[in-house]
Amino acid sequence: MSTPTATAKSINVQKSNLTVALAGNPNSGKSTLFNLLTGLNQKVGNYPGVTVERKSGKCSLPGGQVVDILDLPGTYSIYPRSTDEQVVTNVLLHRSSSHYPDIVIVVADMNNLERNLLLFTQIQDLGIPTIFVLNMADQARKRGLRINTKKLSQHLGQVPILLMNARNGEGLNELKALLQQQIKQHASPFYDVFPLFPEAIAEVKYLLKTQTYYEAYLVLQHFEQLPFLSASEKEQLTHLRNQLHFDKNTLQIEETKERYKRIQPILDEVLTLTEEKGTTSFSQKIDRIVTHRVFGYLIFFGILFLVFQAIFTWATVPMDFIDYLFSQLSEWVKVTLPEGVLTNLLAEGVLPGIGGIVIFVPQIAILFVFIAILEETGYMARVVFLMDKMMRKVGLNGRSVVPLISGLACAVPAIMATRGIDNWKDRLITIFVTPFMSCSARLPVYTILIALVVPNRTIWGFINLQGVTLMGMYLLGFAAAMVSALLMKYIIRAQKGGFLIMELPTYRWPRWGNVFMMTYEKSKTFVIEAGKIILAVSIVLWVLASYGPGQRMEQAEQQLLSEQAQMPGDEENMDNAIASARLEHSYAGIMGKWIEPAIRPLGYDWKIGIALITSFAAREVFVGTMATLYSVGEDFEDESTIKSRMQSEINTETGGPRYTLAVAFSLLVFYAFAMQCMSTVAIVHRETNGWKWPLIQMAYMSVLAYVSALCVYQILA
Amino acid sequence: MRTQLNHSAKDMKTLDQLKPGESAVIYNIKSSDLTIKLLEMGLLPGKRVHYNFKAPFGDPISVQIAGCSLSLRLDEAHLIELT
Repeated sequence: MSTPTATAKSINVQKSNLTVALAGNPNSGKSTLFNLLTGLNQKVGNYPGVTVERKSGKCSLPGGQVVDILDLPGTYSIYPRSTDEQVVTNVLLHRSSSHYPDIVIVVADMNNLERNLLLFTQIQDLGIPTIFVLNMADQARKRGLRINTKKLSQHLGQVPILLMNARNGEGLNELKALLQQQIKQHASPFYDVFPLFPEAIAEVKYLLKTQTYYEAYLVLQHFEQLPFLSASEKEQLTHLRNQLHFDKNTLQIEETKERYKRIQPILDEVLTLTEEKGTTSFSQKIDRIVTHRVFGYLIFFGILFLVFQAIFTWATVPMDFIDYLFSQLSEWVKVTLPEGVLTNLLAEGVLPGIGGIVIFVPQIAILFVFIAILEETGYMARVVFLMDKMMRKVGLNGRSVVPLISGLACAVPAIMATRGIDNWKDRLITIFVTPFMSCSARLPVYTILIALVVPNRTIWGFINLQGVTLMGMYLLGFAAAMVSALLMKYIIRAQKGGFLIMELPTYRWPRWGNVFMMTYEKSKTFVIEAGKIILAVSIVLWVLASYGPGQRMEQAEQQLLSEQAQMPGDEENMDNAIASARLEHSYAGIMGKWIEPAIRPLGYDWKIGIALITSFAAREVFVGTMATLYSVGEDFEDESTIKSRMQSEINTETGGPRYTLAVAFSLLVFYAFAMQCMSTVAIVHRETNGWKWPLIQMAYMSVLAYVSALCVYQILA
Repeated sequence: MRTQLNHSAKDMKTLDQLKPGESAVIYNIKSSDLTIKLLEMGLLPGKRVHYNFKAPFGDPISVQIAGCSLSLRLDEAHLIELT
């Protein structure tokens, strides 16, 4: 039997920057260390082929060198269960990649060394130079835990070991200094995997020229998921696995047990616990309350209520400001730049388009501040624990709660938040139903329609009728999500049951730097992801609404002008009337008339039809379209003016008002259910890797919206 | 409030049968798709496991192992045999 021939390898010096990867268990303080090392010098991208966020950044060392830091997703071992964890394995096995790390810093919670050492030894045995950071050393010290790092290092092939407190930066300078030195690769593996299956491992090592036996063994374990292997290589490996009866699950268990068997005596030797006083008992006291059958839910719904309040009250000031800023900017562009098509496109298409995205940033930021705090403190894991049973009844999973709550602000970040759900069926159902949650883009539509038909009256002294209706719309969305999830539960065949083997981390105060970074990252992702689409579509819409076939628009305008010549009137009203007439004869207007027969049973006319078409891209466009249609000019968000115009709109057939109770409620229900958001379609496409699910989802939601709106109108009318 | 599970004929006591506040030593992890996951989380034969509390509807439960709190569904706790 031979041991791997790998010898100490010096770090590749030709490359301009060292690549240092951070790996570790979830809750080990890895992200805190990452934020500490890189500060604002980070960027979030995607790993090729998968939608897991790739967080990387630059860190300057005291000697002037700059190293690239890559934050790998948290994982408990090299055997992945979720897309997040898969990335770690992919990165660490892809030796020929230019992003392959020169050094891996394994971050461990010092209070849980045994489990953390499992991952550490696996990464070390791959033959990558490693640094072992024992984080939360202060907490361990308080517990009376002492460690002999020198001895531990001896057992782990002289690996550099650092005690750290990432939360207050203790140990950071030592880590940076260490990165300037040459880190050697471990010469012989901690656990030699070769005897587990000599023939197969030797064969793979020869075939793929891997550096260590462990690498060869892991490739044979995981090759189906490894994107960098060619089809013929995969075929060879499949053949090898079948021929030699390589039973991967049994071997994984065997390997894990063997590693633990070696770790245990080392820990007995290097760790001493002088006095047992745990912080865990404090956590358990809190747990008694927050998972209590009454208080637990009260606290959870109390927090939800607070978040909800914050999103819709605190955000109004910055939102009004952003709105004002963009309308001023459009105005300024129109006045300053020379008149022409490009100026119009900029002022009426591009700028309002960007404004329409940026206006949601305050709400999304507030939501993520709360979510980040809840995650940082460790409370989110308890919410998952508390809601799991209920969520499973409808085909979801405790982990679906976070995406569903995020969906109240915007479905785009919410759907991205489903990545933590390791079971594919649960994740798919969560993605499928999240767009039913009333996102903030529905709010302006709801407010204006409710204000139109529901009297602003208070009953029993405290219940505001409009407020109750609005709350009803949110409940309606939630109910639709739950019922749809239940439906999906029976339709989709489950491959594998899900599981909830999850750590309940000790409660901690949030670290504000982390809260800020998360909020910043999520808001940025939203602006870019949703922004691309909303911007593109708003330009298309502008073209459709500004141009018509042949001379129709000009003819309509001329006709109005000649009418005006006969009976001179208000100049401003005339401009508005012209704008309205032009729209009617534009491509958008023609499309509205074209779909009129289909939406007539719902109580809508062609003008509402235009709004439906334009809000296909993004539902909040409804208000803007209404504003243009009813000729209130440029002041889009002034809802009171739009409201009075809509109120005075006459239904030409009945002679009564256009917006009756039946029409308004039919529209409300339609907007609650319809998938009118291109950004969501795009994100579902990306997260499910194909067009199948976004198309099914869109068809399902459209049919549901149409049928429900039809029923509402026919019953109420 | 306990959920009834299908117990096999040769009944060995499993983690889901403990009551909150009790503790026991793990004997074996039943072979399943989740074995490796349970091992990774530190649920190892020979370790003492403590049943902390259960969620309001009886499932999932929270256990303490090696100074760390874990949550498990009853089905998952059922895979852990005790001495």
